[in-house]
Amino acid sequence: MKSLFPILTIVAAILVIWVLAVVPMNMHLTADQAQRDGLMVMPQTPAERQGYSGLGLSFANAGLIPLTYTLDRPRLPSPHQVAGEMWETIALRNVTSRQSLVYHGWVTLSATLVGFAIGTTLGILLAVGIVHNRAMDMSVMPWAIASQTIPILALAPMIIVMMGQFGIQGLLPKAVISAYLSFFPVVVGMVKGLRSPDAMQMDLLRTYYASSSQGFWKLRLPASVPYLFASFKIGISAALVGAIVAELPTGARAGFGARMLVGDQYGNPLVTWAALFAAAITAAALVAIFTAMERLTLRRMGMAAA
Amino acid sequence: MTADTVISAQGLNLTFQTNDGPVHALKDVNLDIRKGEFISFIGPSGCGKTTFLRCIAGLETPTDGTLSVNGMTPDQARRARAYGYVFQAAGLYPWRTIGGNVKLPLEIMGFSKSEQAERVARVLALVDLAGFEKKFPWQLSGGMQQRASIARALAFDADILLMDEPFGALDEIVRDHLNEQLLALWARTEKTIGFVTHSIPEAVYLSTKIVVMSPRPGRITDVIDSPLPKERPLDIRDSKEFIDIAHRVREGLRAGHVDD
Ligand SMILES: Nc1ncnc2c1ncn2[C@@H]1O[C@H](COP(=O)(O)OP(=O)(O)O)[C@@H](O)[C@H]1O
Ligand SMILES: [Mg+2]
Repeated sequence: MKSLFPILTIVAAILVIWVLAVVPMNMHLTADQAQRDGLMVMPQTPAERQGYSGLGLSFANAGLIPLTYTLDRPRLPSPHQVAGEMWETIALRNVTSRQSLVYHGWVTLSATLVGFAIGTTLGILLAVGIVHNRAMDMSVMPWAIASQTIPILALAPMIIVMMGQFGIQGLLPKAVISAYLSFFPVVVGMVKGLRSPDAMQMDLLRTYYASSSQGFWKLRLPASVPYLFASFKIGISAALVGAIVAELPTGARAGFGARMLVGDQYGNPLVTWAALFAAAITAAALVAIFTAMERLTLRRMGMAAA
Repeated sequence: MTADTVISAQGLNLTFQTNDGPVHALKDVNLDIRKGEFISFIGPSGCGKTTFLRCIAGLETPTDGTLSVNGMTPDQARRARAYGYVFQAAGLYPWRTIGGNVKLPLEIMGFSKSEQAERVARVLALVDLAGFEKKFPWQLSGGMQQRASIARALAFDADILLMDEPFGALDEIVRDHLNEQLLALWARTEKTIGFVTHSIPEAVYLSTKIVVMSPRPGRITDVIDSPLPKERPLDIRDSKEFIDIAHRVREGLRAGHVDD
């Protein structure tokens, strides 16, 4: 619980900055609305107001400040508006409804998990190959690195369109993009882990005349476990980002990405922000699950001082 | 070479090719080690002690000369699991218990489950670690970890034990204690022990034969047969014989020392 205090301090600081930022960000919209409602606004024409910064306008119309927090379509929603939207779409809607964030979350999460499983399996297999085969060591790593330099935003639509050509739609193309992003940290971490035993430990096995598969199962693999968990945590977040990105460019009708897009296109920032936060919370939860699994596994293995 | 010779090196040479040119790690090494001897290698660092031990273990290949272990080539001897090797660091697997670590070579060599358990218990008792079988390495002191690594080397009953500065990282008091225990263990098991050290008292206290080496190129400069009795209480180190041998070792080391 010692770690809770600094985290809460940061969260509080962010909230304060956020709450303060709402006023200048929304003041122009608020002033327009107030004028339509017949309130006094300084200066009086929208054109003149454009000459003011958000901050300047806020000082000129201090009385309007409370109204910046209650706009229907704010430029920057206030925390309580986002929280309200999330409460409504997560807790109050039937989870099978298209209005439910839980429904959209599951659509994204299922693609994430399938993609992560594919990416992790691929990553581990590649790492084992790289460590045991010189040719693979020389050839695979450069390609793996090159693959990650292509912007996923450019690649995602191509993958989706191409798989669509073959009639593959829905979860699978998204999972492929998730896998594409998540295999890389697993390869890197796993190669590092499998190579972590030092020369002395390898020599010890040679004195037993151990086979290389015995070396793998008894030394390399257990030694790689801590590295693997570090990779899992990066990989699962990357997989989630992949699934969301895959939903953006193709007009997907469901998922966190679809919600973000819908909110943007229909000028409803609350929807976008709620989806954004729900995605962040999902990522944090996934990482937390892996952290717990890591702690449990390492303690079981005797590698963490209980 | 006599009938009870276990390790025999004739005209052994080893040159490492490095980026800074060739390093002559062993030059013209001739040495016979008889069964049941406790033989120490002493010399300044870089004189080839480790390299020689690794050659015996088949972990390094000499460039020239012949080397036989139990009448076989070192590589055949390694396949026949003729020796146990103790490194300077205990190198226990942190994810295995002490018992699990000692069991490692037994699993690799395919001993049956019941025999594994029986042997683990036996060798842990031999190094005074009975009762620590279920502990993890981090729960043990450095000296205890090193004893566990000795148990691991003893577990499969090889009759040669090769030890490369096994107590080098431990403090003096722990070291004295472990030396005493090692002698007792040697007396009980009648193994042939090759032991690398750079401590003169340690070499003299433990050995029946002391090999003094010197660097650049790595070579043997003196071989001293110890007149000390097999039974050696710690206070033998104050006896005249002990001091005489220590003196001879020191002279040997000084003679081989080149100022550079
Ligand atoms: N694998 C190696 N490659 C190149 N040079 C080595 C290697 N191993 C040892 N040497 C060199 O051989 C010499 C003897 O080393 P070593 O046997 O480790 O000495 P000691 O154990 O007596 O300190 C040193 O000069 C060392 O640098
Ligand atoms: Mg050495």
